[in-house]
Amino acid sequence: MPEYAKFTEDMIKTHTILVPDMLPIHFRLIISIFEAEGYKMELLQNCSRSVVDEGLKNVHNDACYPALLVIGQFMDALKSGKYDLNKTALMITQTGGGCRASNYIHLLRKAIDKNYPQIPVISLNFSGLEKDSAFKITPVMFLKMFYAVLYGDLLMTCYNKCRTYEINKGQSEKVLKKWQKRLGNIYRKKSNFYLKLSRISNDILNDFAEIPLSSEKKIRVGIVGEIYVKYSPLANNHLEDFLISEGCEPVVPSLLEFVMYCAAGTFNDAKIYDNSNTQSRIYRLGYEIIYRQQKKLISIMKKQGSFEPFHDFEHLRKLADKYINQGVVMGEGWLIPAEMAALVQSGVDNIICTQPFGCLPNHIVAKGMSRAIKQDNPDANIVAIDYDPGATRVNQENRIKLMLANARR
Amino acid sequence: MNKKLSLGIDVGSTTVKTVISDSDGNIIYSKYQRHLSKVKETVTDQLKIIQADYPDDTFTVCITGSAGLGLANSAEIPFVQEVHAAFLAVQKKYPDADSVIELGGEDAKIIFLTGGVEQRMNGSCAGGTGAFIDQMSTLLGITADELDKLSMRSQKIYPIASRCGVFAKSDIQPLLNQGARREDVAASIFQAVVDQTVSGLAQGRSIEGKVLFLGGPLFFLKGLKNAFVRTLGLDEENAVFPEEAPVFVAYGCSLYSSTSDDYFKADEIINKISRAKASDGIVTGKPLFASQVEYDDFIDRHKKYDLAYADIRKYKGNAYLGIDAGSTTTKLVLITDDGKILYHHYSSNMGQPLDKIADQIKRIYQEMNPDITIKGSAVTGYGEDLIKSGLSIDCGIVETVAHFKAASYFCPNVDFIIDIGGQDIKCFRIKNKSIDSIMLNEACSSGCGSFIQTFAMALGYDISEFSQMGLFAQHPVDLGSRCTVFMNSSVKQAQKDGATVEDISAGLSMSIIKNAIYKVIRANSPDELGRNIVVQGGTFLNDAVLRSFEKEIGRNVIRPAISGLMGAFGCALYAKEKATAEKSSLISEDDLNSFAYTSRSAQCKGCTAHCQLNIINFGKGRRFISGNRCEKGGGTASRNTVPNLYEYKYTSIINTVKKHQPKRPVGTVGLPLALGFYEQLPFWHMLFTELGFRTVVSDESSRGMYYLGQHTIPSDTVCYPAKLTHGHIENLLDKGVDFIFYPCMSYNIDEGQSDNHFNCPVVAYYPELLLVNNPRLNESNFIHPYLDINVKKNVIRVLKNSLKGYNLRCKIPDALEKAYKAMEYYNGEIASQAESIIRQARAEKKKIIVLAGRPYHIDKEINHGIHKLITALGMAVITEDSVSALARTPKLNVLNQWTYHSRLYRAAQYVTTQSDMQMIQLVSFGCGIDSVTGDEVRNILESHGKLYTQLKIDEINNLGAARIRLRSLVAAMEK
Repeated sequence: MPEYAKFTEDMIKTHTILVPDMLPIHFRLIISIFEAEGYKMELLQNCSRSVVDEGLKNVHNDACYPALLVIGQFMDALKSGKYDLNKTALMITQTGGGCRASNYIHLLRKAIDKNYPQIPVISLNFSGLEKDSAFKITPVMFLKMFYAVLYGDLLMTCYNKCRTYEINKGQSEKVLKKWQKRLGNIYRKKSNFYLKLSRISNDILNDFAEIPLSSEKKIRVGIVGEIYVKYSPLANNHLEDFLISEGCEPVVPSLLEFVMYCAAGTFNDAKIYDNSNTQSRIYRLGYEIIYRQQKKLISIMKKQGSFEPFHDFEHLRKLADKYINQGVVMGEGWLIPAEMAALVQSGVDNIICTQPFGCLPNHIVAKGMSRAIKQDNPDANIVAIDYDPGATRVNQENRIKLMLANARR
Repeated sequence: MNKKLSLGIDVGSTTVKTVISDSDGNIIYSKYQRHLSKVKETVTDQLKIIQADYPDDTFTVCITGSAGLGLANSAEIPFVQEVHAAFLAVQKKYPDADSVIELGGEDAKIIFLTGGVEQRMNGSCAGGTGAFIDQMSTLLGITADELDKLSMRSQKIYPIASRCGVFAKSDIQPLLNQGARREDVAASIFQAVVDQTVSGLAQGRSIEGKVLFLGGPLFFLKGLKNAFVRTLGLDEENAVFPEEAPVFVAYGCSLYSSTSDDYFKADEIINKISRAKASDGIVTGKPLFASQVEYDDFIDRHKKYDLAYADIRKYKGNAYLGIDAGSTTTKLVLITDDGKILYHHYSSNMGQPLDKIADQIKRIYQEMNPDITIKGSAVTGYGEDLIKSGLSIDCGIVETVAHFKAASYFCPNVDFIIDIGGQDIKCFRIKNKSIDSIMLNEACSSGCGSFIQTFAMALGYDISEFSQMGLFAQHPVDLGSRCTVFMNSSVKQAQKDGATVEDISAGLSMSIIKNAIYKVIRANSPDELGRNIVVQGGTFLNDAVLRSFEKEIGRNVIRPAISGLMGAFGCALYAKEKATAEKSSLISEDDLNSFAYTSRSAQCKGCTAHCQLNIINFGKGRRFISGNRCEKGGGTASRNTVPNLYEYKYTSIINTVKKHQPKRPVGTVGLPLALGFYEQLPFWHMLFTELGFRTVVSDESSRGMYYLGQHTIPSDTVCYPAKLTHGHIENLLDKGVDFIFYPCMSYNIDEGQSDNHFNCPVVAYYPELLLVNNPRLNESNFIHPYLDINVKKNVIRVLKNSLKGYNLRCKIPDALEKAYKAMEYYNGEIASQAESIIRQARAEKKKIIVLAGRPYHIDKEINHGIHKLITALGMAVITEDSVSALARTPKLNVLNQWTYHSRLYRAAQYVTTQSDMQMIQLVSFGCGIDSVTGDEVRNILESHGKLYTQLKIDEINNLGAARIRLRSLVAAMEK
């Protein structure tokens, strides 16, 4: 492999690490964890047309939309003149697995290779890829990140519900901002307070629960799909905002489900293919710890009572078994049909499945499975929306409107 | 006069419809009008008519339609989604209908009413709409009505890809160029629309009972109606074409509004509409020219590259004829010894290239000075073979060579040529005076010249007037650069947001350039193109396009004044070089005057491929056959002795199950001849035979096989090899096997040379999708266990479990050992066959091509016989898997984690060590993983001075583009 710029020990102090805009709420929390360790990080916010143009220039025509946007956002930022190119690094997530997404980091390196060979690219992964980087995640940081995912999910869920029904415009956003700041401070101060799951969660839930909401009945719309397009407003043309403007409540499954799906995949594969080893047993153990915390959070949410609790992950796995084998682990795999089924079960019949145009795993797990889900649940109202640099908002919105017309019928 | 009236306004992509209904739901007024993209004006005009007719009435009002959304929002008028509006209208008027099919300008919709209401629309990638029909008529140079009339006289239907308008074009173009009857082509276009609707939209739900047909195209086009009725097998009673079809959606919209209590007078509605503000969401770029002076300089600079002319009536001496029979246009040039132009011609071929060119040659004969001798003639382009044999042209050359010849005339040290024509973008990089690499546009990067033309026409302008308008546009719109369908909707959106025609014209020119640079050439910086760039092709005659190109790459380029004629000019230069005889063999004036031909179609019986042949008879025993892939069908009886590993592999896979079967089988297992089975069949066949099962394999793939399973395909953008699998499953079910065995495998065989050994997601998990989407499959007749073929104990456990009912537990381990041996034996055979092919080729001094793809690319319905094209060019063909074991994985820039793909890297590495080998990569359209491998394979090959050629394949079996690439490759190899 040709030599590319490595992220070295001394860069931790000197370099600003740019982070793509995928999950604005979660990523901000995670950034504060790194800041506590001395890293300098910045969440990218650039989202003009030139992001897409840079992506088109630098990424293969047939590569998928998330790769194009992430790389486009980086290139656009690097060209903006805002950053000292000798003191900038890029961070990208890398999941590993049979989907082409595991190659994003290489596509990014190819893209910057010509003009910015000095810029190191950091892989954020939990599968032991790219071991030669000074960018290290200690077990404590890992734990902190896990809690950041929990709190991020909680904030996202509460915020989405409250801003749909809030009577005083902007109140939910204030509460969100307050908690982002508070949690950020907890992490930056290196305090152990973040471990107090029930206290913090209850405070968050109660704070949001105090926001006066209208009792108006709105259509609830679930959003599932490819992980980046599902969460990133840049990719999905601000889907959540659009749904709210259409008088709907967006229901977005938690990020933790995806994290647990990845963990479960490892030990489940070991079972399916008879190749259990220490690593898979560790994953199993880790999964069980995470699952206990999820159950704890779910029961906190139930007890508090104002917000719909997350899907219990073991329940999701059982639901998946009705439609697809849990051996389907590329991309979002079996999680997509499971989430669709869980949404329908909890009364969210209307579902938008977001996917990059031509996404390989989604042929199977999204478009391929929606028929089965509709068959079992005649009320299910599922629409698959393709996202692509050329797809226009009008076309996407018109299809969503058709889904909503069905919902209102 | 105070009745309760409801007004529905339907603003579609091409038309505006208004309907007024009374309180009983009767239509009392309706109007249908094309809006030519002047949406607001047309709506206001129609409302003014209503105002005049109903001055004192008040209405409830609502807007619907794809272009109505923005208008409704900004005018603060309620909006209803158009499919839902249609649904309301159907409920009211035809409560007994079972399903509804509606084709609009750019959308296709289907509503199922009985058995669970469901409303569907086409996805973002879809042909088969009104705009598609318009595009196809433009291609034929006729109106949609004339197309309809032609279709009524058809005799046969050709298969035309219906998923994508661009694909369809590339199916239709060669048909036309090869002289297929226009009547048949017209009918085939309609059939393609029907197939797209029935398969793409219905996706497994059958359309039966009483079917209602709505929308403009279905109302106006009789041939389309017939095709639908015929395909769905409907009788007269069950196929309903309502009188009010064109305004049906507007009617539904009026019904929707009737539930409202807000009444407005017509003038109030007009006020609302005219107050509606355009949103400012459009992104704009900089003007093409800042001033008239800048423009004048630009014009002067390009004038330098004009050619000299000579008078055809006065000139005496030798002349050379060059013909470029392009896909949509015909170009012709006659030059003198010193390169002066005596005669030139450029026109649309109207789908009849042969007639057009014959006419032009006739004119040359009439006009030319009797003292001119035409010493040589050459032809290039899609119609090369036809023209060459029909008009007795001396030689035919590949387009790339023709263009290179012409470009070198203007710029001897040219290092990059870009040609943008009506349908194609062709780019060549020149190294060491020969063509080094070729880039052609593909389905998703297709924005070309004809696209601007179609738009100009849609907006009511002449093409040259339209492009002139863009030159001084103040705010050119940024329209994106993907597919023409997408660009259509970008333009619509820009219009709605208030962009002027000038801005759109400039925006279109820019988007074509961006498409060419970033999608086709895929250059990161202008320097990658070259220093001496020649641009050509009809589209570059458009100054706005030329200027956009110069601005985008930040460098001046050379555009010869005969930009559109460069192919023909190159041919003429070539003819001059090659002219040795006294006189060209070109058809004489006398023969030309009695020139006539007839065409008919037939099926080749030379082999099982059954190529669809087109036979053109020129009389006097001269005939031209096209459509054949190998020379067997060509009417010439030569035997193909060039060795071809594709043939060998395919035959041995097909014959696997014929080898042996158990005498007294315990049951019958069906294996689909698809995807991974193209490699693992020997393994599974041996395993099941040893276990006592009779193995039945599905029949060979064909277009018919695809249609057989088309209705069970849920995702129309998945690759063609995957789509074919659906047909194989149906085929196996029809054969009556006890069960179909199709394992899911995250992992493929570990060949120990890659970071991991995954299958791609589609190959890995396709059985899951098949089970859910084919209602005939269930858990007991479709066994699809998860297993890892590398882990013996896993395979044993899984098989024991899967075949529980047959009590075979103890036989499995032995059978498995034999299966592994069978696999090993098969692989050994491939490798030794490859060795002997290489030996034979070297003995005969033939070049060797590694045609690299996936195991399933040996399927002739998938590769469309490309390997035969290669052997017909005199080169031997071997496969990637036959040589991948001969090299080690080179250093890569990507994660090497898929078994099939990892072979590509090793095969490429091997090719770099063999002086007489080149590699061609076959890529199935929609294969996302090959977007990663393609670049990497190119890197490996080019860094060792080898050529990289990629051929994209899909359901279309037009090999025109492949042929150009292959012949250019041959030309480059000869240098």
